[in-house]
Amino acid sequence: MYLATPRQLKKLGIMGMNARNVEFVSKYNPRHLYPLVDNKLKTKLLAQKSGIAVPELLGTIEFQHDVKLARNLIAPFDQFVIKPAKGSGGKGILVIAEREHDLYFKPSGDSLTHDQVERHISNILSGLYSLGGAQDVAMIEAMVQFDSAFDAYSYEGIPDIRVIIFEGYPVMAMLRLATHASDGKANLHQGAVGVGIDLANGQALQAVQFNRPVFKHPDTGQLFDKLRIPHWERILPLAAACYEMTGLGYLGVDIVLDKNLGPLIIELNARPGLAIQVANGTGLAPRLAAIKRFKGEAMNAVERAKYSQNLFGLKSSDNG
Amino acid sequence: MSKLKLYALALALIACGIGLMLYKHYALGFPLMPGDKTPVWTIEAKIEFIARGDPVIVNFTLPNNPPDFVTLDEGFASSGFGFSQIENDMERKAQWTARSVHDKQALYYRLDIYEKPGTNVEIADELPKTPEPPELDEPFRTAAKTLVDDIHQLSANAESFTSGLIQALNANQPEQNVRLLIGDYPSTKFKTKLTVDLLAMAGIPSRIVRGLFLEGGRRRQSLVSFIEIHNGIHWQIFDPETGVAGRPKQFILWQRGETSLLDVIGGQNSSVHFSMIKNARATQDLAVHYAADNEAALIDFSIYSLPIEEQNAFKYILLIPIGALVVVIMRILVGIHTSGTFMPILIALAFIQTSLITGLLIFILVVGTGLIIRSYLSRLNLLLVARISAVIIVVVAIMSAISIISQKLGISQALTVTFFPMIILAWTIERMSILWEEEGPKQVLIQGSGSLLVAVLAYLCMTNRVIEYLTFNFPELLLVNLGLILILGQYTGYRLAELRRFQPMTEKHVSSDS
Repeated sequence: MYLATPRQLKKLGIMGMNARNVEFVSKYNPRHLYPLVDNKLKTKLLAQKSGIAVPELLGTIEFQHDVKLARNLIAPFDQFVIKPAKGSGGKGILVIAEREHDLYFKPSGDSLTHDQVERHISNILSGLYSLGGAQDVAMIEAMVQFDSAFDAYSYEGIPDIRVIIFEGYPVMAMLRLATHASDGKANLHQGAVGVGIDLANGQALQAVQFNRPVFKHPDTGQLFDKLRIPHWERILPLAAACYEMTGLGYLGVDIVLDKNLGPLIIELNARPGLAIQVANGTGLAPRLAAIKRFKGEAMNAVERAKYSQNLFGLKSSDNG
Repeated sequence: MSKLKLYALALALIACGIGLMLYKHYALGFPLMPGDKTPVWTIEAKIEFIARGDPVIVNFTLPNNPPDFVTLDEGFASSGFGFSQIENDMERKAQWTARSVHDKQALYYRLDIYEKPGTNVEIADELPKTPEPPELDEPFRTAAKTLVDDIHQLSANAESFTSGLIQALNANQPEQNVRLLIGDYPSTKFKTKLTVDLLAMAGIPSRIVRGLFLEGGRRRQSLVSFIEIHNGIHWQIFDPETGVAGRPKQFILWQRGETSLLDVIGGQNSSVHFSMIKNARATQDLAVHYAADNEAALIDFSIYSLPIEEQNAFKYILLIPIGALVVVIMRILVGIHTSGTFMPILIALAFIQTSLITGLLIFILVVGTGLIIRSYLSRLNLLLVARISAVIIVVVAIMSAISIISQKLGISQALTVTFFPMIILAWTIERMSILWEEEGPKQVLIQGSGSLLVAVLAYLCMTNRVIEYLTFNFPELLLVNLGLILILGQYTGYRLAELRRFQPMTEKHVSSDS
């Protein structure tokens, strides 16, 4: 069968794009709060104010005539990330992992000249990567020294953890691993691997690439069944705290693990994608419905994370 | 709750739109389907006479609201004559006057009419006074009286008496009394006059009416006489040769009563001839005309109140919502990715001008060439605004080149390239080129063909004759469209593309179950 029937998907609890837009995004995410997440600079400043861990901001470039200043700004750093403040879907993010003389190297090993870096910044400012081509700001931030836990599973780029937060409760999580096919990007539709994660303990459940199950990393060959995300007990409360920070009811939180700093929030998304369901092999709908039904007393982020772990974790039921 | 309100609003909009449409259909005669044509007759009366140089007065009887016909337009042509219309409750006359004219003169009267749809009930007329019986000498008096008495015996009412009388006068082998009355070689005119006299003897009011048979492409026609009797309720028309009651098909009553059709004072050898042509005109044109004449508010405040040029512009504007509906369906129900939300509509509008195949070829040619040139521009390190502007210039250059080369090659269809919106093409090229750089040619192909598919579907809907007709003539259908889009905007079910996307999950689910 080439097509699934709507009934089959319903049985699996799969949420479709229309349901996400009408019943969650437009209902729980007030429009005026969008800039908080659509503008990564605002997100970062807000997070710093709220005491939420984020990668360090090295500098910003706002105007075309300041592009020349980039050379001085990035001079002290061998590794850094340039990203558009209003970029979407990982567009326009340039990761520099290495420097030699006047050449900059991407994690993939491709080299760029300083002129090319400046052109990239200039493109960001003129709005090439922002929604509707609006003027934008280029952010330069410290590159995450990523945790060795994922060494065996990362080919290029940084693995990141996506957690869906509904009304402050974590409902589903996945680990996104860049592959050669995805050119170091963590977008599933570009060929990154999505690994479903057990909310109870951070253990990998299953993995998919291009919507098909995979059992080992396509580039490194490492099996996924041994994969377990470290610092899991810190990750969920951190993600859950973004609810208070932004006020958005339906939120995708992207987290990376830094060797020294632990979990860091790198991006928030008011319209998180649906691929997380494929990675987990199960639908979001029943979990969202469970949170909707739950009328508990006010809890803080740690308590909410705990509640979700008990409610949605698979391994916890094994233990208990 | 709010969802319920929204559905109520959407349904109210739809009901309102359909209701207005039905009102226009039933009350104002707008046809629901295109292609309904009504014949419109253009009748031209040519009056000719030879003037002697004296003052000339020409009186010409005009049709006075002929029953079952609607007058669209009238015109008078007469160089060198003063002109006026004289009207009283019985008749309408055109009067041409001139102080001094010579030689052969021609005056023209033109009338555009069409037959009113449906049958119209005759309104009861005032009962005319009982006619005076004619004064006849013997032996005609006795013959006439015997004939009238005989037919009276064999008839039940005024109608059957009239039919019987006409049939008796026109019999192949007329009886003795009739032969005496009509003589050996009676003219139709004489017999008609006699019929009116005999009807008067029987106490039935009657009159001669004259009219014209409408036949396409006829020239030099004359008016034909009919007899109209009053049956006590209303006037009833009879064929003076066959006795058949009722107005024949395609027959317009020109004149009632005894007055002459044409009076020429100061001229001689006067004559009048009628010629006519039949034009098929779209029924909705006539409905608009009829409604406008009757000051139907819906028409008075509609697109038809705009000048023709603006009406034509609106023809396209009103099609855009149809394109929008197609885009909404394709995105919400099917889940097709397009480059730019409404770019496909603009492309579809261009296709309307260029025709589909030519349009597709030109689009692919322009965007393909643009992408190649854009890939060079991307190496020049330009700012975005400058780069887009450069792409626009490139697009203009490509379009000019296509026009000129195709003109030289004699392919005139390619000249329609100018109908493509340049800015949209430039943005499409820019987006596609970025997509190419970031996500590879596969995504470009997917989004490009998705956009073209939606554009082609929108084009097919927008050029559908029925849809085109309905949107223009029933702009209130916009409300229906709006209602549908409101309902679609609440659709939370799966998209067709998602049934494919999540299909692998069901597969695994089934296998793990078994």
